[in-house]
Amino acid sequence: MSAEMHSGLVSPKGVWWLPAGPQERRWIKLSFAWCMVLFAMMPLWHLKGGQNPSGIRSTVAPADFLARTERFISEYKVGEEKGFPVVEPPPGADVYLLARMWQWTPVLKLKKDVEYTLHLSSADVNHGFSLFPINVNIQVIPGYDYALRVTPNKAGDFRVICNEFCGIGHHIMIGKVIVED
Amino acid sequence: MDSSIATLASRFRVCSVTGLKIDPSAERLIKFNAVVAVVCFLLGASAALGLVLTRWQTVHLLSAQMYYRFLTLHGLNMLIFFIIFFEMAVLYFAGPVLLNGRLPAPKMGWLAFALMVIGAVMVNTMVFKGQADVLFTSYPPLRASPWYYLGIILFAVGALIVTFLFLASLHYAKKEKTYEGSLPLVTFGALTADIIAIITLVHGALIYIPAYLWSLDLISLDPQVYRLIFWALGHSSQQINVAAMVSVWYLLAGLTVGGVVLNEKVSRTAFVLYILFISMASAHHLLVDPGMGPAWKIWNTSYAMYLAVLASLIHGFTVPAGIEMGQRLRGFTRGKFEWLRKAPWSDPGFSGLVLSVIIFGFMGGITGVTLGTEQINIMAHNTLRIPGHFHVTVVGGTALAFMAVTYYVLPLIFQRRVAFWSLAKYQPWVFGIGISVMAMGMSFMGGFGAPRRHWDIGATGAPFALEFHPAVNVLQAVMGIGGVIAVTGALMFILIAVVSVFFGKKCTADSIAQKLPGIPQGILALPTQVHSGGLVGRVHREGTPGTVILTIIFFISFVVYYFINWKLLTFLWRIG
Repeated sequence: MSAEMHSGLVSPKGVWWLPAGPQERRWIKLSFAWCMVLFAMMPLWHLKGGQNPSGIRSTVAPADFLARTERFISEYKVGEEKGFPVVEPPPGADVYLLARMWQWTPVLKLKKDVEYTLHLSSADVNHGFSLFPINVNIQVIPGYDYALRVTPNKAGDFRVICNEFCGIGHHIMIGKVIVED
Repeated sequence: MDSSIATLASRFRVCSVTGLKIDPSAERLIKFNAVVAVVCFLLGASAALGLVLTRWQTVHLLSAQMYYRFLTLHGLNMLIFFIIFFEMAVLYFAGPVLLNGRLPAPKMGWLAFALMVIGAVMVNTMVFKGQADVLFTSYPPLRASPWYYLGIILFAVGALIVTFLFLASLHYAKKEKTYEGSLPLVTFGALTADIIAIITLVHGALIYIPAYLWSLDLISLDPQVYRLIFWALGHSSQQINVAAMVSVWYLLAGLTVGGVVLNEKVSRTAFVLYILFISMASAHHLLVDPGMGPAWKIWNTSYAMYLAVLASLIHGFTVPAGIEMGQRLRGFTRGKFEWLRKAPWSDPGFSGLVLSVIIFGFMGGITGVTLGTEQINIMAHNTLRIPGHFHVTVVGGTALAFMAVTYYVLPLIFQRRVAFWSLAKYQPWVFGIGISVMAMGMSFMGGFGAPRRHWDIGATGAPFALEFHPAVNVLQAVMGIGGVIAVTGALMFILIAVVSVFFGKKCTADSIAQKLPGIPQGILALPTQVHSGGLVGRVHREGTPGTVILTIIFFISFVVYYFINWKLLTFLWRIG
């Protein structure tokens, strides 16, 4: 322990590489242990938890993604709502949701407790997939296909909000997902 | 050589309070950078009023187009121009002034200043003309005028010059032996900010030069690569703020109550951890991006096992503990909290410091680490929880610390008494409370799924109706009222700063001796900066029991908030 103490404005003279006081040492140890907990939680959740943004990630030309979405729509289309095709894919299917200024295509009809592979991409600029009201948020980037294995856990009428600024019509970019029992 | 130094030295002004010799060219650059910082702050704050009164949808003031234009203006002027101009002033202060040295190549300082001003004017002009409605992030393929990108490049080059001037001023101070021993901790902290700034600005060049060429249709630009490198600028620049802010905390602690450095080794090591690990933090902007895998995300978002967070946790203890020990050395030793009760609360330099530490740590730090967790980010990405978080770090933390230090810079550097002194005493409270209330409103709205950067969550004209929980209406009012209070606090600060600088009464040794109003108590009677003798041993043995209690409360809040978020995550769909 030094016999002198000074503020942060003063140049310390001589050797200042000295052991910290007991309270400081205890706080640093506690903080370090906590940081390790923060670190460990993420890999642990990949092993034990149900919500991870891992997905199957690949690049895709916007035109190709558009073509895949159109094929998906024509295969499983069951109706129309507000000019949007309503599509009901079979359990386990690859599901395509295309973002473009300023709409989400198509409207999806899914079954509760069934796993789907949800492909997200954009035909133009960055968009944000935000499943409302349960608050699942995924970045949607043109040129990239983000395929997430999702399992709806509750029936209901969901919205897809765009939560990445995509131009003047950003706020009208609302899509729809229906989950049935 | 010696004689030229002597002539230089004769130009110096000796500060009557601190005894520091001040190079007039450094002083002028501090003044000009600080004044331009305040002008940018005024632009940003005016835009803020429009934004908050638009998102409070009962008012819904601006049109969609103007909302996004104001949002671009607000982001750039606050996050880039205001804060970096102010940090340039901090560098000129922490280098030449604190080290009793000179500013080498002052002409380069003016060149840098000119480049930065030209850059800022170009960018703001493009925004006002509606040729850059791309928000602060300007994610391609959204496109702005090439002049916009060029403006940012000029600004960054200017700032880069200043970071090297700072290094040169350190070099010459050492060579000319203007100080004895090691760098003061405040200067050391500024040095880490400077190094982080260099890393950041190089990334800025790496992304804005291609973006400029892309805007001229000369090359193509991958949107994911842009996001990756942009955030090495966009987030790392917030780390300059953190390092600069923590340095200002140590500075203010010393000036206001003679706060001491508990242990130089610990505080300096914590600063070094920032340099080593914080630039990785930018990765937490990409946690739900398609371009990177989980291993990359976990390693980078944890800032390599959270060693940068460890650094902040360390400062979060050593700064209040330094204040406590400084106060105990001044005789406030009774009980656990006499040091806090009897602190100079009517000094805006002190109240601003304490509010900045609390708002940054309790609100900003805890939310930041939690939201930046790979999986929890699924519930937060691009919702209002994000601006809810960073308005209590950058604004309630950094901007408030910069305001607090301004109350000392005005008398010490501008040599003016602070105008509207009785107003100034309330300013940190108005600003700090306003921004905290606004951020809480935002955060809870985000929890209900309200997106950030969104003109109309009523989604008028959308194909499918969007109905939020009724609580969101109340939260909008909370956000709106908090925002209006915060803008009021910001305007109070601008009024005080501008009137003091341009019309303020002179602050001389005489006015200090007469204890005239407009001079903070730390300047009227500078607290002892170096303590020695028997008292030091006793106070050191007693430690800082008050700070221990405060940090334990903080720690428990952190743990509780963190695990509540994991629990909330389990209610979502399964995603993998």
